[in-house]
Amino acid sequence: MTKIVRETAHGDAIRFSLFAVLILAMPVWLVPFGAAYPDLMQKFAIYGLFAIGFNILFGLTGYLSFGHAAFLGVGSYTAVWSFKLLGMNPLPAIALAILLAGAFAWVIGYVSLRRTGIYFAILTLAFAQMSYNLAYSVLTPITNGETGLRVLNSDPRVLDHMMGAGEVDGPLVTNLFGMEMSGLPGFYFCAVWLLIGMFISFRIFRSPFGLMLMAIKSNQNRMNYTGISTRPYALTAFVISGMYAGLAGALLCVTDPLAGAERMQWTASGEVVLMTILGGAGTLLGPMLGAGIIKYSENIFSAFNEQTLHNIFGFLPDGIEGAVVSVAGLFVGEGWHLTLGLLFMLIVIFLPGGLIEGGHRIQAAVARRGKGGGSGHQAQPQAAE
Amino acid sequence: MDAILLQILNGLDKGGAYALIALGLTLVFGTLGVVNFAHGALFMLGAFCAVTFNQLIGLEKVTIDPTQTTPWGSPVEIRVPMIEEWLGPTGTFILDYSVPFSILAAIPVMIVIGLIMERGLIQFFYRRPHAEQILVTFGLAIVLQEIIKSFFGANPIPQNPPDTLRAAADIGALFGFEPGNIVYPYWRLVYFLFSAIVIGCVFAFLQLTTFGMVVRAGMADRETVGLFGIDIEKRFTVVFGLAAVVAGLAGVMYTPILPPDYHMGMDFLVLSFVVVVVGGMGSLPGAVAAGFMLGILQSFASMTEVKSIFPGIDQIIIYLVAVIILLVRPRGLMGRKGVMEG
Amino acid sequence: MGILQVQNVNKSFGGLKALNNVNLDIEEGSLHAIIGPNGAGKSTLLNCFVGRLRPDTGTVKFNGRSLLGLSPHEINQAGVARVFQTPEIFSDLTLLENVMIPALAVRDGAFRINTWRRVDKQPDVRDRAEAMLADVGLADKRNDHSGNLSRGDKRRLELAMCLVQRPKLVLLDEPTAGMSRADTNNTIDLLARMSEQHGVTKIIIEHDMHVVFSLADRITVFAQGHPIVEGTPEQIKGDPKVKEAYLGGAHV
Repeated sequence: MTKIVRETAHGDAIRFSLFAVLILAMPVWLVPFGAAYPDLMQKFAIYGLFAIGFNILFGLTGYLSFGHAAFLGVGSYTAVWSFKLLGMNPLPAIALAILLAGAFAWVIGYVSLRRTGIYFAILTLAFAQMSYNLAYSVLTPITNGETGLRVLNSDPRVLDHMMGAGEVDGPLVTNLFGMEMSGLPGFYFCAVWLLIGMFISFRIFRSPFGLMLMAIKSNQNRMNYTGISTRPYALTAFVISGMYAGLAGALLCVTDPLAGAERMQWTASGEVVLMTILGGAGTLLGPMLGAGIIKYSENIFSAFNEQTLHNIFGFLPDGIEGAVVSVAGLFVGEGWHLTLGLLFMLIVIFLPGGLIEGGHRIQAAVARRGKGGGSGHQAQPQAAE
Repeated sequence: MDAILLQILNGLDKGGAYALIALGLTLVFGTLGVVNFAHGALFMLGAFCAVTFNQLIGLEKVTIDPTQTTPWGSPVEIRVPMIEEWLGPTGTFILDYSVPFSILAAIPVMIVIGLIMERGLIQFFYRRPHAEQILVTFGLAIVLQEIIKSFFGANPIPQNPPDTLRAAADIGALFGFEPGNIVYPYWRLVYFLFSAIVIGCVFAFLQLTTFGMVVRAGMADRETVGLFGIDIEKRFTVVFGLAAVVAGLAGVMYTPILPPDYHMGMDFLVLSFVVVVVGGMGSLPGAVAAGFMLGILQSFASMTEVKSIFPGIDQIIIYLVAVIILLVRPRGLMGRKGVMEG
Repeated sequence: MGILQVQNVNKSFGGLKALNNVNLDIEEGSLHAIIGPNGAGKSTLLNCFVGRLRPDTGTVKFNGRSLLGLSPHEINQAGVARVFQTPEIFSDLTLLENVMIPALAVRDGAFRINTWRRVDKQPDVRDRAEAMLADVGLADKRNDHSGNLSRGDKRRLELAMCLVQRPKLVLLDEPTAGMSRADTNNTIDLLARMSEQHGVTKIIIEHDMHVVFSLADRITVFAQGHPIVEGTPEQIKGDPKVKEAYLGGAHV
């Protein structure tokens, strides 16, 4: 759908190292932004993973899935069940969540990929709604319905008891061989998974497999007449992105062992689409950027209330202040979703290629001006039409 | 037997709503080639037209009667709806029939909303990829529902049908079954008839007028109609307005059945998309038939007898049918070849 | 016995008979042109070869193996490549990538998850693709975006994408349709050169008589879904039946 902006493979090592440094140093450089607290940084990493995985499907193959929240939900429920049955160690939970989300994605993908275009989008949406409705109704014994699934002291937690760590006072927290997965360690645990996920994404983008996925997006008809069976490629991409979503879902529960069905709602599926296109679908770093911006804004905007707005606009004359505050009030706090919807529209209307492409455009414009015009194409040799 | 009839009746009103929404979706998709994820929001806006209308005519004039006091010693407040004061018994009648009367208000409002939407946003997306159309209208749907939420709150706002239609009809007795077995609220019957009339009007409009002929030709083959030098885009704007009105009216009349809340649009949209897919993308009769069919199917799935065999089936039946149809008959029940393929 | 044998093929759409008892035998290594007025069934026949359409009756055998019921990608894997009327390329990708994809399809087959080695670090595939691009004269544009190419260059690229697979049979559907005279001549030169160098069997559907008579070894003339005459260009030029069915028809 959008123009592909691609960096060349040249310089990947530097790019990845820089990314790793930026992620691991988040507790430092996010301080001036007021975002350096672990809960938020965990969210950056987790939703970054979700978007990076979604991008492997949507960004590379162009298949727009509106049902990826279902895999996030499957990952979460699996993780909590692993905590309940096996114990509070996050590793088996994550492994199981990835496997189960992958299997689930295989089933849904196998059916949905019989169709393309909007049929595909509607099919995935229908499956996700189906899962969501089931999680709230019949599957209540597994999902605990509206209350949400949580770990109880009375749960078996077999491994914990074997290790003699079965009896815990106070709330149950996940721990990696004794290290509690909350706060900063929790963030670093997520960050490591983010780096692994990003590394795999780099590999896929540069591989023959990734090239095939891009070719599917570009011209599926030609692919068929080039001796390539496109459906297994698309299905593999679908399953991989489902596994990323499962991992993200599990990590959400590692940092807070509670799984609820609202995680599977279609708005959540829409959110990951937005993250991906905001940063730039089909780019390596865009989805992470998009996820970071969305989660950061969510955090800022929803924290605002009437009082903080009055403080901000306090310098205005009283009458105007009241009006400004009441208008601004629509967009903050509970109204965060309104801002999200507007942002969604603005991005699709004006910058369907996302921020990374916007950056490339500016770069190209600057380069053109610097060279006295006419060299825009050389400045941006990888930008597709 | 009477249980079956009851379920069919139960499905009719919901089916009517699905059919009306799906009809508009199909019209817009078939002519403008746009996948409108904000179409459900039009349904929701229609419903809130009724809410607003009801609140407006319900405005009361408060007078204080100093001669009487409440048990607490304060003067009694007498509240009289202004419309009653102005119009007398007519006012009372309008108050009672506020839902049907709000149709009169909803039509112009929905036309204006439809035109603003099409001219202000949708027209710029005619030539953009379907994925971008989906995404931008999806964003619009969120914006609209959040605006409604900020004005009307998150809770459903119940609306009353007119007093005379509040009762239920003993339909079973009419058909010679034992009385009392098939009791059906009048308003649901009204809704079914209403949706049938609206659908009839839309089809008559498309079949009998030259305008409708051009629109149908445009649905069949857009390029060719454009070649005739017909300004198809102007007509498309009208089509979009029409679809908006149909969705809006569906919403207005549905308020006594389902108290409107801000997210009803999306709930119905997802189902209506499924209806469109099942009926066959681009087929108007398909959309209507599938709407009623799925509505009825859903009501059968809600029977306790069925649920005891397949728990939860009522939650997923529509999606399940859609998946099966798409796999067995990818073009839907009445879909044409070549529409949205590849 | 030829490389492609078509026997008793019939195909109808509704009541319309698009192909009527078609028999063809294409000799290996030849360039065989199929000509005929519009609606003679040429494209339908081609679509029966590549798996897009399935004949109602009859057989299509390639190297002795039936192609019926195979999907397009299986037919391509068997050694049949296709050039479209409007060039079908991957317009979001670079020229080199465009040619590497078919080369990968030959090496890795219809589906293989190959994620660990970088695509530009696969010397066998890359060298082959670069050599092919040089062959069609597009080597200096290999890192450009193919969407920006002229129509003639897109055609060259598409040919390179087909030939890099070293197919046994190439099907060309009006390869010069909508091209300027210069581009047409360039394409003819290219096709002639390709025939010499690669020795691939080619079936070409063409309207442009100039193209047909300067390239073809054999020509089959179609009318109303049926081959009416087959022969060398000289034989066809002099045949009265052809004039009547084709040239005559064109003048009416």
